[in-house]
Amino acid sequence: MTLLKEPDFGTPERPGEPTVSVEVDGLPVAVPEGTSVMRAAALAGIDIPKLCATDSLDAFGSCRLCVVEIDGRRGTPASCTTPAADGMRVRTQTPKVEKLRQGVMELYLSDHPLDCLTCPANGDCELQDMAGVVGLRQVRYGYEGENHLDAEADRSNPYFDFDPSKCIVCSRCVRACGEVQGTFALTIEGRGFDSKVSPGAGELFMDSECVSCGACVQACPTSTLQERSVVELGMPTRSVVTTCAYCGVGCSFKAELRGDELVRMVPYKDGGANEGHSCVKGRFAFGYATHPDRVLKPMVRERITDPWREVEWEEAIRTVARGMRSIQERHGSGAIGAITSSRCTNEEVYVVQKMVRAAFGNNNVDTCARVCHSPTGYGLKQTFGESAGTQDFRSVAQADVIVVIGANPTDGHPVFASRMKRRLREGARLVVIDPRRIDLVRSPHIEAAHHLQLTPSTNVAVINAMAHVVVTEDLVDKSFVADRCEGFAEWAEFVSRPENSPEATESITRVPSEELRAAARLYARAPNGAIYYGLGVTEHSQGSTMVMGMANLAMACGNIGRDGVGVNPLRGQNNVQGSCDMGSFPHEFTGYRHVSDDAVRTVFEDLWGRTILAEPGLRIPNMFDAAIDGSFRGLFVHGEDIAQSDPNLKHVTAALEAMELVVVQDLFLNETAKFAHVFLPGASFLEKDGTFTNAERRVNRVRAVMKPKTGKHEWQIVCEIAAAMGYPMEYDHPGQIMDEIAQVTPTFRGISYASLDKLGSIQWPCNEEAPEGTPTMHVDEFVRGKGRFVVTTYLPTNERTTSRFPLVLTTGRILSQYNVGAQTRRTGNVAWHPEDLLELHPHDAEVRGIGDGDMVTLTSRVGETTLRARVSDRMPPGVVYTTFHHPVTGANVVTTENSDWATNCPEYKVTAVQVGLAHPLAGRAADRVQDDRHAVVD
Amino acid sequence: MANDIAAAFGHLPDEQAAEAVAGHIQRFWDPRMRARLAEFVDGGAEGLSPVIVAALRPAGRTDGTAGD
Repeated sequence: MTLLKEPDFGTPERPGEPTVSVEVDGLPVAVPEGTSVMRAAALAGIDIPKLCATDSLDAFGSCRLCVVEIDGRRGTPASCTTPAADGMRVRTQTPKVEKLRQGVMELYLSDHPLDCLTCPANGDCELQDMAGVVGLRQVRYGYEGENHLDAEADRSNPYFDFDPSKCIVCSRCVRACGEVQGTFALTIEGRGFDSKVSPGAGELFMDSECVSCGACVQACPTSTLQERSVVELGMPTRSVVTTCAYCGVGCSFKAELRGDELVRMVPYKDGGANEGHSCVKGRFAFGYATHPDRVLKPMVRERITDPWREVEWEEAIRTVARGMRSIQERHGSGAIGAITSSRCTNEEVYVVQKMVRAAFGNNNVDTCARVCHSPTGYGLKQTFGESAGTQDFRSVAQADVIVVIGANPTDGHPVFASRMKRRLREGARLVVIDPRRIDLVRSPHIEAAHHLQLTPSTNVAVINAMAHVVVTEDLVDKSFVADRCEGFAEWAEFVSRPENSPEATESITRVPSEELRAAARLYARAPNGAIYYGLGVTEHSQGSTMVMGMANLAMACGNIGRDGVGVNPLRGQNNVQGSCDMGSFPHEFTGYRHVSDDAVRTVFEDLWGRTILAEPGLRIPNMFDAAIDGSFRGLFVHGEDIAQSDPNLKHVTAALEAMELVVVQDLFLNETAKFAHVFLPGASFLEKDGTFTNAERRVNRVRAVMKPKTGKHEWQIVCEIAAAMGYPMEYDHPGQIMDEIAQVTPTFRGISYASLDKLGSIQWPCNEEAPEGTPTMHVDEFVRGKGRFVVTTYLPTNERTTSRFPLVLTTGRILSQYNVGAQTRRTGNVAWHPEDLLELHPHDAEVRGIGDGDMVTLTSRVGETTLRARVSDRMPPGVVYTTFHHPVTGANVVTTENSDWATNCPEYKVTAVQVGLAHPLAGRAADRVQDDRHAVVD
Repeated sequence: MANDIAAAFGHLPDEQAAEAVAGHIQRFWDPRMRARLAEFVDGGAEGLSPVIVAALRPAGRTDGTAGD
């Protein structure tokens, strides 16, 4: 349910041209074949009463409220389950159906609490609405008979209540859980009058398989499933459409408020990325924005050992500007730089890189994509000519074979995972390439055809072996390759070599050769084969090589340039794509154009009025190295927590300690702020105007639902720092910044706030050739002209397991938490994941005497931490896994400085470690976890 | 890192590999990093791939500037 009502046509849209003509209450309407009578009526402007029907779910035909009469047909069929037929004449309001509907409503209400005035859904209840629509005036059956009015409510979930006394057993929640979310956690228990919705066999919601995506709450037509925030605060009174600030799916939401108090976030049906769906983070985990831990006043200190001192904005900005200039005077203009954030808007990122290039006078700007998807940018640019994924999310609905490599979409990109699972339930085949048995390998109604459970660090060997099969078994799409690609012969000769065969690589990858051959054949022979990948690809010393390897395979099989195919990075943070697009890599301007390109540089120099260096600046790891060697002394960190998120934390903190001036702009005093001299409080996404660009290149508007609690917009603060350093950057509104971005960036030429408001969202490139954007890339030709095959030699990582460090650690995320946890740890989501856990195989646990739940030490060549063990056969023997959501664990204490050869992206996924039972006193660490949890949610 | 770049282009003939490595370093590395690498090469290049040495010293250049 939602305050801002979007049209609901009752049943889903059917594809195709309108070829069936029907007449509804005398009004003619043409619809595609298979369209329901209910939808046809709605398209004619006639809403038929309904309770169990909604257009996000297949018709169910249970509530009997939508009955109609059809000329020439007997009885009163349900309009939701009756397909419109050519020449059909439908009557939606006749004395007969009116009487039937009233009778149905009477029965519903005879077993429903009539506490409408005090019900949290008052004014937002479809049962209430339908009672009015059908003209119900009395309930003849009384309320004394058998009923469910005393049914006990389940309040176990932190975000919503389940009150079965209000349930009308329409099954919308059950169907939403299955059809939309794909979890199948809910069921109808019992028969007849005893029928009731249940999250498993007598379980509470919190103990069930429910993932708290909110689809059931949204689908519920009554107050049976109700947001706790609505119960506590009351019904919202206004609604603003904006974009989620969590992962790279980029879901659109209606932020529903009372005054300036956010009551709930409801997924927006017109959101191009999510089309009305959500996950637990975007839907419910917004409480961090008003958490008492937020810092709202600027603070400064001389030394990092001093206490913070609150100051006015003017002093804080002056301190930054003077400090940075002073460092440059003493150590050279290249001694300072900045890190932009993928959690910030495009406009904020743009002004930071502009400040660095124009006001700092160097190119020392990098973005946190350095440590996640920089190999995507490099690899796809080399092969396809554009540093971005090829498809929109809808494309997966046309895929016949889906290959998921090094990604865990159900946890990391859950709303996209729901789309993918829907397609898999429809019959698409799945190949999972991952050391872990992630949920996609086998979950309700889904089973991967092949799970290639490779040894971490051997991605390139696996992709080369798949290519070997494609080339040597004559599975290449020869016409595609001949027409559209170059470099094939050399590459084909390379992958055909015996050392790249599945049999030869089996000893390295541990993937059975026959299994790999079968997976390769499946992908190559599919009419449409799509590849989706994540950080399990990029965060390796050969991350860029692997991206190019996947691009090679896709080109060889002709799987580029149409719906249902492609090579698609699943981006971690909300604006990873955007932060890269906005020119915050040290070697590139906006739109991925190199700083050495004279023509491009001239555009910026003319507009900005400053000379721009033609040489690349420092990347993040280079900044740390340069800080330790003394040539880099001042850093502005915008919205990132490098002291928790970056690898080998000892090295990171040593670099931060070595600097003269560290400026942190963030919502909270994060781990990096412990090393800062100036803290500039940031604004939450609820306080921002701007845009985010998601993993499908979709530029979405972010709209402020309230003023910044700090009194200043983040882009304003950056501009004021630049001005204080002698370079005015003047904008009245972020829309002007986007106009400037469009002016200097060919792929953004047609994007403006006006065009975004008109079209909802736009996938770049958007320009004269594609005025409404580009959902699918490389349709007729690649951006670089010919797609380029690149030889991708497998080179083992330098990280080696030894008798001292015999296990391989990989890291990743969990559904309920987000990255370093700065936001989600400050929400009710800690109920699901209060601490980082180390998953290890039962064999590895047993030989070490480790039991499930024991505290263990995790030691690598560079560091050690303590955390709780979870014994799990999801892991293969020899591989352990943990998350990095909690600073108390600091998982990156153990990760090394190995990095991708092309981009410096850290090799987070491969660390040789040892695990052992912790000293009994380490139990105190568990207490610290508990303390941390309470500190952040109290 | 430099050796890793050289290895990534290891499938190419030596001259082409040196050219590719030089181009990559020129395109992605900050000048101070390139200068430091050049100093290392001039200091004997111990442990460094010959491809890197060739990349930084094309046609007898020793100033640390990568080739075009």
